[in-house]
Amino acid sequence: MKNQSFNDLLEPYDWDQVTQQIYDKGERDVIQALSKDRADLEDLKALVSPAATPYLEQMAQKSQTITQQRFGKTIRMYVPLYLSNYCSNGCVYCGFNAKNKIPRKKLTTEEVLAEANQIIKLGFKSILLVTGEDQRRCNTEYLKEIITLLNPMFDTISIEVQPMDTEDYSILKEVGLHAVYVYQETYHQKSYPDYHAFGRKRDFKYRLTTPERIAEAGVHKLGFGALLGLEEWRTEAFFIALHLSYMEKKHWQTQYSISFPRLRPHAGNFPPQFPINDTELLKLICAFRIFNPYVELTLSTRESAFYRDNLLSLGVTSMSAGSKTEPGGYVKENKELKQFEIEDARSVEEVVSAINERGYEVVWKDWDTVLA
Amino acid sequence: MSEKLIIADKEFSSRLFVGTGKYSSNSIMEKSIIASKTEMVTMALRRVDLNDGIGDDLLSHLNHDHLHLLPNTSGVRNAKEAVFAACMAREALGTNWIKLEVHPEPRHLLPDAIETIKAAKELVEKGFVVLPYTIADPLTCKHLEDVGCQAVMPLGACIGSNEGITNIEMIKLIIDQSNVPVVIDAGLGAPSHAALAMELGADACLVNTAIANSSDPIKMGEAFHWAIVSGRMAWKARLAQKPQEVTKATSPLTSFLNQ
Repeated sequence: MKNQSFNDLLEPYDWDQVTQQIYDKGERDVIQALSKDRADLEDLKALVSPAATPYLEQMAQKSQTITQQRFGKTIRMYVPLYLSNYCSNGCVYCGFNAKNKIPRKKLTTEEVLAEANQIIKLGFKSILLVTGEDQRRCNTEYLKEIITLLNPMFDTISIEVQPMDTEDYSILKEVGLHAVYVYQETYHQKSYPDYHAFGRKRDFKYRLTTPERIAEAGVHKLGFGALLGLEEWRTEAFFIALHLSYMEKKHWQTQYSISFPRLRPHAGNFPPQFPINDTELLKLICAFRIFNPYVELTLSTRESAFYRDNLLSLGVTSMSAGSKTEPGGYVKENKELKQFEIEDARSVEEVVSAINERGYEVVWKDWDTVLA
Repeated sequence: MSEKLIIADKEFSSRLFVGTGKYSSNSIMEKSIIASKTEMVTMALRRVDLNDGIGDDLLSHLNHDHLHLLPNTSGVRNAKEAVFAACMAREALGTNWIKLEVHPEPRHLLPDAIETIKAAKELVEKGFVVLPYTIADPLTCKHLEDVGCQAVMPLGACIGSNEGITNIEMIKLIIDQSNVPVVIDAGLGAPSHAALAMELGADACLVNTAIANSSDPIKMGEAFHWAIVSGRMAWKARLAQKPQEVTKATSPLTSFLNQ
């Protein structure tokens, strides 16, 4: 395995076979998984299987205990700053799809500064820069300029942009990049082209090996996962876990983060093919926490306020608040530019109060550039 | 997936490695090794009479087709000496495989992590297949893997102590995190210790003193063979767990789902 890329490792796995293995898990497998100090990939299969449903309460309790033991009663806070909604891809599920007739905008440096100042007023010290995937308009040069501009203003700067080469990540790391988030969307290789009609994103393997290039560039933290709703979530869970295990073993000095975005309404209105309900998403989060006590688990404003408040003590360690998913949205809201509708529309103060009311502390700063 | 152990593209049917020291005679050693069904035998370079080549008494007893000889650098005190010893072994024995041991402290023979990593890096660059004996420290093992070692060999306890696995949590972490085979080396004093190592998911065990110093090294060699087979089989079958004590929360954490 030492010199294998994750793409090589994935080769022998058959999606349908893994799905069947998950559905074949029984009560005994679930009890075994819940009883172990260290869960493995087989245990994860059991915990996301239908057989685990009657054990959801026990899973939640175990997940809560493990999370508090590792992270304490804390929630790290971040917020996205959308730099641009230009995109050259044809993802059927995304509002930024190049074919969607929506107004397009890329922020100038002055506009980025104005947005950043608004965000700082909200209390954030960690920022996630998001763009559509447009290699021409939002290339390494542009991102370098923006990160350099924002570096003195924030403790942590992360990006969620198009996959890049190792060299690009190295350049951005030099000017203050701390973390990169890149979602595979689906690990189902056969159906992947159906969801990605055109554009660079159509290259499954290049996207799949992006976390390796990020880690090779020495970026401190990287996040990945799947977009829930495209394919069977249980099977996606297994492949995310496989990917995480691979990355943790090979790039052991990198910190990892997993999030579980559910497909949200957007321009284009592509309905989830394999919806995941609230109970199942909770099960998924708890299963992941039991599988991996150390990984950061993130829940965004895609979820409702009620759901987020109840989940914050059950395995999650990182949350966004007050998010705007359109470029320029913190200074002036413009719904036409949005990537998708958010569900938890509360103000940052309201979210912070809700976290505090549950006995949890909000962590604004958890990194310093002196460590980079 | 093959059930064979693979190190540097070489397949081994047995997951038991044995040493060659402390036997009352080379003849007993040979019989014990055959009984153990091992395919990997390590011997200290300092014990081999390099001037006598293949005619050396120790080597003549190891002259079996199924045995892979693994010279070790036992006795060296730093990276420089280790590299020199390894190069000598390659020259004399015609193998680029080396069990790297660097222990500057003669009482407990504890491996020096810093010098071991340094030597491993240099030996890998010189084309050796390096199997380092190391303290059971997960980070040292990751560094050894990073410099190109083909396996890591953390100790279960001090060499020759027969105490078993005294550092079980660290061994578990090493096994969890490793991309290369993990061979538990040193300290295993009984077949049950080897079985436990294999039940934890170790890829192989190396045993010397427990076999050589027993009253019947031939029978003990065979006993370790079965312990390794049994432990590996148990790991593959996934051990049953202790029953979970299910706590009942006064206010269930998931009740909000019904609201």
